[in-house]
Amino acid sequence: MALTDKDIKKLSHLAKINIDSKDEKIVLSKLEGIIKLIDTMQQVDTNNIEPMSHALDITQPLREDVVTEENQKNDFLKLGPESNEDYFIVPRVVE
Amino acid sequence: MSWDIVIGIETHVQLTTQTKIFSGASTAFGMPANENACLVSLAYPGTLPVLNKEAVKKAIKFGLAVNADIAEYSVFARKNYFYPDLPKGYQISQFELPVVNNGFLTIGDNKKIRILRAHLEEDAGKSVHGILNNQTGIDLNRAGTPLLEIVTEPDMSSAQEAIAYAKKLHNLVQWIGVCDGNMQEGSFRCDVNVSVKPSGSEKLGTRREIKNLNSFRNMEQAINYEVNWQIEQLEDGNEIIQSTVLFNPDTGETKAMRSKEEANDYRYFPDPDLLPLKINQEDIDDIKSSLGELPEASIKKLIEDFKLNNADASIITSNKQTYEFFQSLISEGLDPKITANWIVVNLFAKLNDNELSIEESPINKNQFVLLIRRIMDKTISNNAAKKIFDLLWEDSHADVDQSIEVLGLKQVSDSSTILPFVQEVIANNQAMVEQFKSGKDKAFNALVGQVMKLSKGKANPGQVSEILKDELNKA
Amino acid sequence: MKNLSLRELNLGLSNKKFSSEELTKFFLNEIKTSNPKINAFITVDEEKSLQQAKDADKRISQNDMNELTGIPIAQKDIFCAKGWKTTCASKMLDNFYAPYDSKVIELFNQHGAINLGKTNMDEFAMGSSNETSYYGEVRNPWNLDYVPGGSSGGSAAAVASGMAPAATATDTGGSIRQPASLCGLTGLKPTYGLVSRFGMIAFASSLDQAGPIAKSAEDCALMLKVMAAHDERDSTSIKHNVPDYLKNLDSPINGKTIGLPKEFFNDDLNQDIKVILEQVIDSYQKIGVNFKEISLPNSHLSIPVYYVIAPAEASSNLSRYDGVKFGYRAEEFKDLEEMYLKTREQGFGDEVKRRILVGTYVLSAGYYDAYYLKAQKIRRLIANDFKNAFNECDLILAPSCPSTAFKIGDKTEDPVAMYMQDMYTISTNLAGLPAISSPAGFLNKMPVGFQLIGNYFDEATILNFTHQYQQITDWHQKTPEADV
Repeated sequence: MALTDKDIKKLSHLAKINIDSKDEKIVLSKLEGIIKLIDTMQQVDTNNIEPMSHALDITQPLREDVVTEENQKNDFLKLGPESNEDYFIVPRVVE
Repeated sequence: MSWDIVIGIETHVQLTTQTKIFSGASTAFGMPANENACLVSLAYPGTLPVLNKEAVKKAIKFGLAVNADIAEYSVFARKNYFYPDLPKGYQISQFELPVVNNGFLTIGDNKKIRILRAHLEEDAGKSVHGILNNQTGIDLNRAGTPLLEIVTEPDMSSAQEAIAYAKKLHNLVQWIGVCDGNMQEGSFRCDVNVSVKPSGSEKLGTRREIKNLNSFRNMEQAINYEVNWQIEQLEDGNEIIQSTVLFNPDTGETKAMRSKEEANDYRYFPDPDLLPLKINQEDIDDIKSSLGELPEASIKKLIEDFKLNNADASIITSNKQTYEFFQSLISEGLDPKITANWIVVNLFAKLNDNELSIEESPINKNQFVLLIRRIMDKTISNNAAKKIFDLLWEDSHADVDQSIEVLGLKQVSDSSTILPFVQEVIANNQAMVEQFKSGKDKAFNALVGQVMKLSKGKANPGQVSEILKDELNKA
Repeated sequence: MKNLSLRELNLGLSNKKFSSEELTKFFLNEIKTSNPKINAFITVDEEKSLQQAKDADKRISQNDMNELTGIPIAQKDIFCAKGWKTTCASKMLDNFYAPYDSKVIELFNQHGAINLGKTNMDEFAMGSSNETSYYGEVRNPWNLDYVPGGSSGGSAAAVASGMAPAATATDTGGSIRQPASLCGLTGLKPTYGLVSRFGMIAFASSLDQAGPIAKSAEDCALMLKVMAAHDERDSTSIKHNVPDYLKNLDSPINGKTIGLPKEFFNDDLNQDIKVILEQVIDSYQKIGVNFKEISLPNSHLSIPVYYVIAPAEASSNLSRYDGVKFGYRAEEFKDLEEMYLKTREQGFGDEVKRRILVGTYVLSAGYYDAYYLKAQKIRRLIANDFKNAFNECDLILAPSCPSTAFKIGDKTEDPVAMYMQDMYTISTNLAGLPAISSPAGFLNKMPVGFQLIGNYFDEATILNFTHQYQQITDWHQKTPEADV
């Protein structure tokens, strides 16, 4: 499946990665190379085959509903790129 | 032209667990910002989700309570999108294989509202706007709180039905103990999908989803506004555009959110950090046996066993605390009808006036039992009981019997005391006696009233009637 | 101390031939000398390491000692270690000091091992040459113009150059085995779920698995014994009775059967490497091992399947790097959207961004079925191939890599050519199976490795077979010293 400039813009938007317009061509050509590689899967007939999400056939373990985490707010806020004494700060979110 | 209204509801129910759905951080409400934000809540590199057993149990419990199928295998998926209060950049939810499928609730006159599915997912954090100019503060206390999202088919056809369903659901989730039901704190959040179509048309109209409904009153207002707005648009020849709208409680209007540049593409896929959730029949049976009596069964019991009318039965089962209170009173040997009447008429009026729940009632159970017992043994009249009730409301330490004494509310049932009053009234009201004899029943009631007045309200009205009847026959 | 095995180091410590502090200082000194040329470490913190060494010496003096107490181990910079800068070789985490220990670090700490430093790697473990690191490429100790392989290139180069006795690493598509092979070391990728992923920064969650890179199968056995443990904080961690991998090393293997997948020994295989693999087969036959041709008919699909699944998972795993809670945030932006776009544009390197975009593409509406779902289905076919194969043999022998190490810069402009590096390693990640790479010889003075793939949780057999081979060969004892 051939990629277009529009696809690159959409991917950039979805993945929230800015792609400089001067780099668009090279990004496009490298992605096309990869997509050509993965397109070799299309030759395989996969009718009636169960998709496999996990290597092992096991099920989800459950955790007891007991508080194990302590308040480390001050340490964690300090690791934020921008924070005040209560919140992580980001540019205003417009709804 | 007439229109059909089509409504479906998605409800986000916060499950009452001690800890978050995928981590051991507390879910306590009202903590200072970010104190419940642990490594997992903050999506620190290398952290992983581990599923809370209690959240699963409560989802199953709900499923059983709405007669749904519990999936033997369900799968957690990632819903990918960027938002500052979504720390991982994806929400863990269930997409293709939810834990609960195909249930229903009935409303009103046995109308079935189908529940398509209910799935487990995690709540997002909160964005606090206006911390400083052009800044938003991120509080991740709520991030990871377990949610059960309950999705109906579009089976409701009026605001009333929608409210009836929402109230029924609201009662049920609290009744079975999976949610505290606090709408103001966001524990029970309804998003309502509304569309209209020409009456009888098979094809559904385009729907708009109303968000930000934190009370049933808002919900009703919002739906009515939205329905009228959509009909107006269509009658003016405009098209409805599928969108999300916010209800503004100040204006009573709904308004579309600023539409995003591109449609969302959430790129759902199974979360590789979580394995398929397997639920054994054994576990289901265990939970089933602990489910207890559900509101439907309780109503039936009240009507069939205690002979209450439908309205009283509905009110008494409108929440579990009231029902349990009623049952505890009955177990003391109180008359069900008198008790029900007292709860529905007197207690509820007071609680509503004071915006209290039944647990917050200042009148304790023992006082209530004694009060009703005194009505039953005819020590006091219903009217006198109301006076005592008011007194108890104000003074929670007041003693019922003592108050009856002090206020002189004891009913006189002794015929030797009542007889002279009756004789006096007959003597002084010959005109009315004549009217009674000529067949006017009203006159009899007036005579009873006179006797009561003369006894300063203390005479037992039943006793009065009997003696009066005897005396009139003699006269 | 430089070329001693872990068992020998343990003996030296317990016999008080040297203290942990002396040992740690020795390796810190080696790092001072060699690291500027090789760039195997991102972070070295002498103070922290020496403090741990002093604590270990105290334990040793109190006879509270196990196999790893007092021994310095290099840790791949993918493992969160409390108080240590933990970068995953990304600008995104250049300022990130982990507030907690990963399970792997916790286990080494509990055993009294010394954290010798955090090793360089491909950014977020995405790469096969260690050239995508924000901290610069790592050089192969056998020839400084060559890559050490990746993504655990720093770990491999640190051990190969004698800067560390052993190192931790992770393997998503070959990231332990390929650098081990290219640096003349033994590297083991365990069964998926054997080692906890808690605190190990995720690349592709359903494929990532931690394991050791060391000088021998015996050292790997000792390392794995420490690393393998059930962990309730990782839902995919398996409750499994961890055997004593050391005990089993000397078990006889005569009469056992190794499978040779015909799809790996076809005309595409480099003829010189084929010759070396035939010598390996020869060695095993001499000690009574039988060989049998088997078939892994879908193995040629491993690379395309992997480059759908791994980027898809990665695109989602790496969404948390958004400049809000930790890590890098762009300096200038006009609003939230631009903050995201620029933070992620500037914070990630080209290969990481490429894989995020590919992953976003294969999951997006309209492509999910054709790519992601298809890949998941073929993944099952690949896993079933192995299931069938293990009905016929105890282990499978395969090349580790299609070639020896290549020159730095040779493949950086051609991602697909780079991806081919993992053609023999990737299928085991997709199936979740354990596999080891062991040194088998040299081509043009550069190391060549071979791979043994085992059934689920059969690490003991893999280590046993590898150890037996290493008892009758000395390729694993060669060091590049003369050249560095």
